Amino acid sequence: MMRRYWKRWSLPVILLAGLPITYLLPQSGLINPYLELVLKYIGINIILAVSLNLVNGYMGEFSVGHAGFMAIGAYTASVLTVAIFPEQAGPYLFPLALIAGGVTAGLAGLVLAFPSFRTRGDYLAIVTLAFNMIVKSVLENMGLLGGPRGYMGMDPLATLTWVYVCVVLVLAVSRNFIYSKFGRGVLSIREDETAAGLMGVNTQQVKVLTFVISAFIAGIAGGLFAHVVQFINPRSFTILKSTDMLVMVYLGGVGSLGGSILGATIYTVLLEALRYVLPLLGISAEWRWVAAPLFLVFLMIFRPRGIMGGREFPFFRSNRAKEVA
Amino acid sequence: MAFLFQQILNALQVGSVYALIALGYTMVYGILSMINFAHGDIFMVSTYLAFFGSTLLVSHLAHASSSVVFIITVVAAMFGTALLAVLIERLAYKPLRRAPRMSAVITALGIGLFLENFFVAFTPIGPQTRVLPTLLPSDPITFMGVTVSPLQLIIIVVSLLVMLALDVLVRRTLMGTAMRAISWDREIVPLMGIPVDRVISVTFAIGAAIAAIGGMLYGSAYTIDPYIGIRIGWWAFIAAVVGGIGNIRGAMLGGFILGFVEIFTPVVLPSSSYRDLVAFSLLLLLLIFRPTGILGRTVNQKV
Repeated sequence: MMRRYWKRWSLPVILLAGLPITYLLPQSGLINPYLELVLKYIGINIILAVSLNLVNGYMGEFSVGHAGFMAIGAYTASVLTVAIFPEQAGPYLFPLALIAGGVTAGLAGLVLAFPSFRTRGDYLAIVTLAFNMIVKSVLENMGLLGGPRGYMGMDPLATLTWVYVCVVLVLAVSRNFIYSKFGRGVLSIREDETAAGLMGVNTQQVKVLTFVISAFIAGIAGGLFAHVVQFINPRSFTILKSTDMLVMVYLGGVGSLGGSILGATIYTVLLEALRYVLPLLGISAEWRWVAAPLFLVFLMIFRPRGIMGGREFPFFRSNRAKEVA
Repeated sequence: MAFLFQQILNALQVGSVYALIALGYTMVYGILSMINFAHGDIFMVSTYLAFFGSTLLVSHLAHASSSVVFIITVVAAMFGTALLAVLIERLAYKPLRRAPRMSAVITALGIGLFLENFFVAFTPIGPQTRVLPTLLPSDPITFMGVTVSPLQLIIIVVSLLVMLALDVLVRRTLMGTAMRAISWDREIVPLMGIPVDRVISVTFAIGAAIAAIGGMLYGSAYTIDPYIGIRIGWWAFIAAVVGGIGNIRGAMLGGFILGFVEIFTPVVLPSSSYRDLVAFSLLLLLLIFRPTGILGRTVNQKV
């Protein structure tokens, strides 16, 4: 009896307990502002990794342009909080800005889903890449949004608490999505699209939905990112950013939410640690950008499915684990 | 009218460099069905080989004529770049030949970024722009209102000759036949006694050597920095896809199309900063309506 209640309620209680902790931690002085920033980055990167994992890991499609969705979310949310919402109401309307960013990014995902009906694999990779480049190029040519100089004036609205709430919600939604009927369809597309279609999966519908959800999540991450760094420019959202996401997904594990958490955390901490370790060794901190892609290459050769590849932490597993297997 | 001719000439100049690099993308795709995203950065490395080679030769062989220096540098850069490409193929791509196709693509992206960031972080090279010593005559000649530099003509003529040579190589020689056979069916070809690994390595080497010729020509006309692999490499990649990736003649055609896009964008639109937008939109539209490119063949998916 006790056990059953424990199983049912432990996770929500723990997650809820996290809420005041993330609120009090920055104020208590236990962590300095730098650590707080790193924690926020970890949260944002978890969201990004989950977003990319939905498309690349679960659906088996290949996107290398998710930074484009992130850019759309970041700019939309920033414009809303800076230029449209009244200054005093900013903190209260912030979630609205995030959602708006997610929705705009989701619309872009809708547009991008259509080429995926006709093309797969390499060609879809090129389509997403072109999308990323186009978003960057459009932003650079929009004088209203600061063009290549970027956009600023955002208040630091993305507190640790907001990042935490977003991470938990994104993980919960993604987990439920994957174990839903649609989610099973997503997995079947990964294994064999033609067979999935023959078995009655509406592959087009599933693809559109997955792309939109994934883009929405990336847009949320973009909105958070913009309100952490308080300054965005088109160059923050290049293919380099997309590659970062790829590293996190393939490091943590394809097709695994737990993997996304691990991958994002390890990668973020590693890059931040190298910032301090490298100068100690007498090497410039620039070299961490040499190490990161090399890391990706070794990962692909020696452990292509990542740390968690296809496996999952207990609390992410389906309640009907046996059916899923 | 003179303005138009001038722009066409400029477009041919830029386009021929794109075409040369696009050939490397398309050859590797043809044989391995793999997008070698590192190729743009291999081109970037070749421009640096050309830079260091020519600077070294100019300072040590003061009495040699500049055209001799040019030829020695081109050959050296071709060998160096080919060696690098084969090394990358053997170390990074070969272990992944049986892996899911996307693993190799991600690896290629990683290798490209690695080369780029390595060149930025490595102090003797660093992020600053550099200029190759002047080796080719570039005093412009004005002819009926059109300004032509000998360099421009050399770039166009050399590129066309290289493309012609490659076309002959692929269509007429034993090695070329082996390449086409592998791209036709990689499972059966080894049974016919064709050394697949060697042919693939040779393909990488040839693609890189052609990129090195492009690198030398590009370096003679423009400044170089570690980021040109992105800018020029991506454009060449679009050229390869527009022409029909895997198709050698398509890559040449695509290169010239992209040259015209680059030169004529500022003519039609208010600023040259729109050129990336135009090029990538062209790519996107083409992929949506004709995914195999202009000259590519359609492949039916087997169940």
